[in-house]
Amino acid sequence: MREQILSIIEKNSRIGVRELAVILGAEEIDVANELKAMEEEGIICGYHTMIDWEKTSIEKVTALIEVRITPQRGQGFDRIAERIYKYSEVNSVYLISGGYDLLVTLEGKSLKDVSGFVSDRLSTLDGVLSTATHFILKKYKDHGTILTKKYEDTREKVTP
Amino acid sequence: MRNPLSDIITEIKPSGIRKFFDIVSEMEDAVSLGVGEPDFDTPWHIRDEGIYSLEKGRTFYTSNAGLKELKAEIANYLYRTQKLSYDAGKDIIVTVGGSEAIDIALRAMINPGEEVLIPQPSYVSYEPCAILAGGVPVIIELKEENEFRLTAQELREAITNKTKVLILPFPNNPTGAIMEKEDLEAIAQVIREKDIFVISDEIYAELTYRGKHISIASLPGMQERTVLINGFSKAYAMTGWRLGYACAPENIMEQMLKIHQFAIMCAPTTSQYAAVEALRNGDEDVAMMREAYNQRRRFLMHSFKEMGLKCFEPYGAFYVFPCIKEFGMTSEEFAERLLREEKVAVVPGTAFGGCGEGFLRISYAYSLENLKTALEKINAFITRLRKQEQK
Repeated sequence: MREQILSIIEKNSRIGVRELAVILGAEEIDVANELKAMEEEGIICGYHTMIDWEKTSIEKVTALIEVRITPQRGQGFDRIAERIYKYSEVNSVYLISGGYDLLVTLEGKSLKDVSGFVSDRLSTLDGVLSTATHFILKKYKDHGTILTKKYEDTREKVTP
Repeated sequence: MRNPLSDIITEIKPSGIRKFFDIVSEMEDAVSLGVGEPDFDTPWHIRDEGIYSLEKGRTFYTSNAGLKELKAEIANYLYRTQKLSYDAGKDIIVTVGGSEAIDIALRAMINPGEEVLIPQPSYVSYEPCAILAGGVPVIIELKEENEFRLTAQELREAITNKTKVLILPFPNNPTGAIMEKEDLEAIAQVIREKDIFVISDEIYAELTYRGKHISIASLPGMQERTVLINGFSKAYAMTGWRLGYACAPENIMEQMLKIHQFAIMCAPTTSQYAAVEALRNGDEDVAMMREAYNQRRRFLMHSFKEMGLKCFEPYGAFYVFPCIKEFGMTSEEFAERLLREEKVAVVPGTAFGGCGEGFLRISYAYSLENLKTALEKINAFITRLRKQEQK
């Protein structure tokens, strides 16, 4: 049942326990218990909202930053990752295989804001060898949702 | 001027759905639960193969019976799902949708005056196709108390010495009924005993919600007397590609192939390339869609229960078939009033045969959000009807 619950709430976190139980053909109490258990186990880490900021009047800039670092003895990459993810403007930090080590996504109010963060905070950290910053120009699809087009039902209205 | 028309076709009534479609299409803001096709887009990797085949210039006829690799994949599919062995070279034909397969199977098998057993409610084309093939349709009226399954007794009672073929439409459109193994075994015995044949329309085979679909052809002694029909429309959300197939014993297939050869030539080439991809790599898409339909099905059954609307629980296709007899209206009246008063389109059960009277076909090939809106309107409508009755 867990996998089914997760795949539904991953797309629609606002669905109520009752409705979830109905569409899964399960008891409400069982669904509620599973949800609670998964929250406690840290499997469900939050119930966020997907926002297309582009469509608002609020200015936001998102950047992907590739960071190369020197791993530290006994701590590997974790210590530097921690120093980076503690900044509130950092959205995500991933350890990556391949040409660089950490992929950091960052949200700022402006280009200046982001570049300031990179030059003042990120590249000056001990162990950071180099950074490469990529600004996102347009989001086509995010979290499995297509942002540029709305679903339109083009079927005939009645068919056998 | 002489009458330019054929008597046989002029006597056939146009599809009951057509009439309803005309009313609905005038209403722009109607919420429809009336479609008989998936709401999903064809999975992208399948569409991409279609596009790629065009880019490569695969724009010619295929052989009459269809692309070799597609027929091989169909044979694989039937072996892995039903343990059925068909010779891809001789027993399989790729058709323009399941509909063409129904037509050519009947034309290949029926002599003038021979009887074709058609359980109803069922898809709209069996009866006219049987007539066009020169046959005499004999309707078996399925019953709600049997969950609209075909029983051995009903079958036995309908068979005469003119009976040639039984059409077996399960999982069923419009009722959503399925036939499980015991049900099939019971009728298979009658079929063998009375020496008749079966055209088994299994277009909804992938969409069952209690156990896997079983083909009647997989029962002992049945493959040699069955034309199995399936296709890509429902399982892979490929209705517009117009692609189906039929599998039959070589002697029947030879004749079907002739009709197909002369009337159609071959099924669309682009669609055939896309279908190869569907069968090779489409299992996960089917599973995803099946799960989504099942969730909606549960939601509808739950909502009907809350509204006090009587409905047997269907385990196949993407339709529910609630009973509206309590309101003392015909299905058509009910559906028309629901459309005019609440702007919700459903299909009257009578579009699928006279015994659909008192029922509605509601399709759940819609998003949950869409279904919720429509169900609220239906609830408002029947609440109003019940209040009026009390007065």
